[in-house]
Amino acid sequence: MTAPGVKRIVVVSAGLGVPSSTRLLADMLADASVRAVEARGVEVDVQHIELRGLAHALTDNLLTGFPSKELAAAIEAVHRADGVIAVTPVFSASYSGLFKTFFDVLELGVLDAKPVLAAATAGTVRHSLVIDHALRPLFSYLHAVVVPTGVFAATDDFAGAGGGGELQKRVERAAGEFAGLLAGPGSGASTGSAPGRHLVEDEFEHPTDFEDLLKRASDGPPAY
Amino acid sequence: MGMQFGIFTVGDVTTDPTTGKTPTEYERIKATVAIAKKAEEIGLDVFATGEHHNPPFIASNPTAMLAYVGAQTERIILSTATTLITTTDPVLIAEDYAKLQHLTDGRVDLMMGRGNTGPVYPWFGKDIRQGINLAIENYALLRQLWTETNVDWKGRFRTPLQGYTSTPRPLDGVAPFVWHGSIRSPEIAEQAAYYGDGFFHNHIFWPASHTQQMVRLYRQRWEHYGHGAPETAIVGLGGQFFMRRNSQDAVDEFRPYFDNAPVYGHGPSLEDFSEATPLTVGSPQQVIERTLSFREYVGDYQRQLFLLDHAGLPLKTVLEQLDLYGEILPTLRSEFEKLRAPGVPDAPTHASLVAKAGGPTDTAIYGVGDDATGTSDRDSVLEGEL
Repeated sequence: MTAPGVKRIVVVSAGLGVPSSTRLLADMLADASVRAVEARGVEVDVQHIELRGLAHALTDNLLTGFPSKELAAAIEAVHRADGVIAVTPVFSASYSGLFKTFFDVLELGVLDAKPVLAAATAGTVRHSLVIDHALRPLFSYLHAVVVPTGVFAATDDFAGAGGGGELQKRVERAAGEFAGLLAGPGSGASTGSAPGRHLVEDEFEHPTDFEDLLKRASDGPPAY
Repeated sequence: MGMQFGIFTVGDVTTDPTTGKTPTEYERIKATVAIAKKAEEIGLDVFATGEHHNPPFIASNPTAMLAYVGAQTERIILSTATTLITTTDPVLIAEDYAKLQHLTDGRVDLMMGRGNTGPVYPWFGKDIRQGINLAIENYALLRQLWTETNVDWKGRFRTPLQGYTSTPRPLDGVAPFVWHGSIRSPEIAEQAAYYGDGFFHNHIFWPASHTQQMVRLYRQRWEHYGHGAPETAIVGLGGQFFMRRNSQDAVDEFRPYFDNAPVYGHGPSLEDFSEATPLTVGSPQQVIERTLSFREYVGDYQRQLFLLDHAGLPLKTVLEQLDLYGEILPTLRSEFEKLRAPGVPDAPTHASLVAKAGGPTDTAIYGVGDDATGTSDRDSVLEGEL
């Protein structure tokens, strides 16, 4: 359990190599985010989830409809996070299948109103629009609050060829915005599901009275 | 009868992965009958069949199957698992199952389910997004048709009824007992609790945590609606096993069926799936122990059904599984009986429901209709009234 007041950041990365440039970028973003949140006088806790280790469990979940223990723990961590950093390698002009599968098996509402910092790595800078063409729509659909600055890093960025710390500048900027959403004024509203979305868990906690279910069933225009 | 034991089938036509042989529909339908008859022979209490309206299943028209089995058995309770309350007209359900009650001397109950196959809904003029609402409105009508005559009804999902009396009336004036089945929809647990009906969790293919969560809610709401203490609610569970005398033989023989099964095949390993769900593959003693452990997370319950005939297992193997089931049945009965807390109700039967109602009543309407007046619709048509 995280102490009250401590902000939880979960970093989801879908790199396949060990080490991978995706994990490298994820670490840069996590470190910069911790600094930015702590600069606001707020404590922070970081948890990394490497999807490579969950690859089999993710496929199994697609087939069986339920997660293994390890995958359930990862999903729960994302559910409870105050903010998520999501980093994928670019495969065939988009996020990787492994990355997408993780977000495919999340139940509706898990990312509602949650700040998400989206980032991607690729071999060439020509893929840089993947942030705005693939990642941003995905997280918009999932009702996350996507940090305005997304971070894209090509191999050249890690070689320093991009020109002295350009990548680090983008990382700092994104982390600053992320920290603002996480620990800024009114950020308390970013935890849990947004008002209006009624999840299965809520129904188990506070079941709708059957008389109301009966009324609701027959509400609306008759089919005949 | 304290607790009922039985089997349920979904009627899948699946290729046997070890031989490549696919049974014909004829073979699969006849195999289902043989399995049902064998269930009675080994002393089981319940045979239940699913309902599906799409390939690769032969489980359409469950009442024909149950009536046919009913005619060739004497004691076993015939049930459904599940009746599609969403896409089947409640007027037809009321008629069909009351008729089945008469034909089988009350050996009938039903389990309501919604069905999860999207395309099936529009084939019957319905919409899967209305699944919960359909289940709620249709069942409310079904109950009314079984308990009242001359029903005036207007709702959202079917044409209105004016002065409609479903026939035949339920046997002895007592409707078949109803279970409501759902894997993870709290509204259905709520529905079962509201009416004081049974709740059945299929308890296969899914983690036991789903079962536990649903049964807990059902029991809480059962008390909330004034039916009694939570432990007096009526709970049924599914289950899945494959048994051989030696545990390793069971694993070796079942593995190819598991690996290629519809639903869960080509996914997790047999070992992982056995740990994550109630599936038990092993010796008779292992099946006994696992089954007895179910009550630890749902409490004492009234009905245990197992799925034995799926994933392409040949009839011969299924009948062997039933023989082994028959062998462990006395132990299951006596061990569950020993563990059962006082005050837990027995599984409901037609006889117990009739007794509870204070004896049989005849609610049939012996009409003064056409015979007395000498009129009929045809006369009205001829006279230009219709």
